[in-house]
Amino acid sequence: MSIAGRTAIVGVGSTPYYKRGRSAPQTLPELVCKAIIAAVEDAGLSMTDIDGFASYSGGFDTPYLMETLGIPEVRFTSMLTGSGGGSAGAVGLASAAIVAGLADVVVVIGGVQQALQRFGSVTQSYESLPENAWYEAAGLVGPGHMFALLARRHMHRYGTTREHFAEVAISTRLNAMSHPDALIRKPLTREDYFAAPMLSDPLCLFDFCLESDGAIAVIVTSIERARDLRRKPVVVRGCTQGGEAGWGRSLYWMNMPEDQFLTSGNRSVARDLWRQTGLQPSDIDVAQIYDHFTPMVIAQLEDFGFCGPGEGGPFVASGAIRFDGGSLPVNTDGGQLSGGYIWGMSHIREGVAQIRGDAANQVSGARLALVTGGPSSIPMSALVLGD
Amino acid sequence: MAAIAQFPAESLFTLCTDAWTQPWWDAAREHRLTAPCCEDCGRFRMPPTPFCPHCRSQRLRWPTLSGRGTLFSYTVVTRAVIPAMENCIPYVPALVDLDDAPGARLTTAIVGVPIDAIAIGAAVTVVFEDRSDGVVVPRFTLATA
Repeated sequence: MSIAGRTAIVGVGSTPYYKRGRSAPQTLPELVCKAIIAAVEDAGLSMTDIDGFASYSGGFDTPYLMETLGIPEVRFTSMLTGSGGGSAGAVGLASAAIVAGLADVVVVIGGVQQALQRFGSVTQSYESLPENAWYEAAGLVGPGHMFALLARRHMHRYGTTREHFAEVAISTRLNAMSHPDALIRKPLTREDYFAAPMLSDPLCLFDFCLESDGAIAVIVTSIERARDLRRKPVVVRGCTQGGEAGWGRSLYWMNMPEDQFLTSGNRSVARDLWRQTGLQPSDIDVAQIYDHFTPMVIAQLEDFGFCGPGEGGPFVASGAIRFDGGSLPVNTDGGQLSGGYIWGMSHIREGVAQIRGDAANQVSGARLALVTGGPSSIPMSALVLGD
Repeated sequence: MAAIAQFPAESLFTLCTDAWTQPWWDAAREHRLTAPCCEDCGRFRMPPTPFCPHCRSQRLRWPTLSGRGTLFSYTVVTRAVIPAMENCIPYVPALVDLDDAPGARLTTAIVGVPIDAIAIGAAVTVVFEDRSDGVVVPRFTLATA
């Protein structure tokens, strides 16, 4: 029994994307509730139809959401372990529950609010643990410091350059400029990129995603029920999660063998995704690639097989990921680099828009969209949406 | 004149140990660099954990290492994202493969050398930072410096 093609996304709801701290005085649960209300309305369902919750990265308090929104009963409430790597995979968790008959209408939720704790210094909010002493002592305060270590090794081993990182930042910004919901819509030139301050060499300001607030919810149900609802069903063609032991706690551990250190940690997830869906990279029309840091877009393009290991830099330099003329338009909503960082959920939202055919930057005739979860501690995850 | 790699601020880090990590920090206090080696299969690992991932043994020995290593990767932190970082930039978090503990890669920092001179593959050697709170943190410097 497979989940491939058995469920569909039938509703999407989103709050606006706010610059860090600007969503106050709303609380994070309030933002999540607003996203759920909007998703239910989009689907043409009733709040009382929801009978399941799927989340990731710490999730949210299901009983609070039930009491607040008047959801009478749930039959399934589960969460992927890890952090942003699970965003795409939470859709698969919902699908698995539905295919197994554990729930009928599952809402997948994600959100972030950075008023109290910036993501850029997130490890300062972690409890000191014995096994974390080494990265703390090294001054690895935020994810950017950690991903800079991966990026520099990729540059050393493969000849990847800052020009390649710049192309990811610039192509993503171009998409944001023509997307009404994107937070940063001013032009970004190559000169701007190279004039920007280094934050954690080799990563400069424009290699980092935004720090923002917001919440997004998507509603998953069976393919049969989806056909009776008001929106065109966006079929979950496949969804996988996991990772290899060598990747381990990834950034908090850094002991990956070199062949895994150079990846985004997504190799096994990608292998399983193509196996589960019967698809191959060349079938994909548009990709929403988790872009917390530009080098990780390059590494994921390699892991998912759009190019070979080490070829990601030249691949993006060829113009392949551009909306205008690229063979694989990437992060067509401006991504997390320029659109908004909602912990991976915006990638799912944009994947749905592309398959519905109503995206702001619509890839003509898009029938298959890849959505990935962020390189981080296991699990990573990935999703293919189709018509 | 190139900037010199600083020591990451003491206030960024409060030591917390358990039975499995304590011997590493005890050795550092004696200015010895060590890494846990499985007593049964002879393989090294970092950070120290309760089981050998290769053979599940819980038996460990803590050999004194030469302190020599090879720089696997590094970053130069040039922007303070929290106030505690303001007086220690630039600093250079680094990953060092320990020459005589194959399989153990240490997350550490390169200190006291011109940043321009730092490169992946460089030979590095341990130095010990004696902190005001009594904790000793092994750092690395270029072997040729």
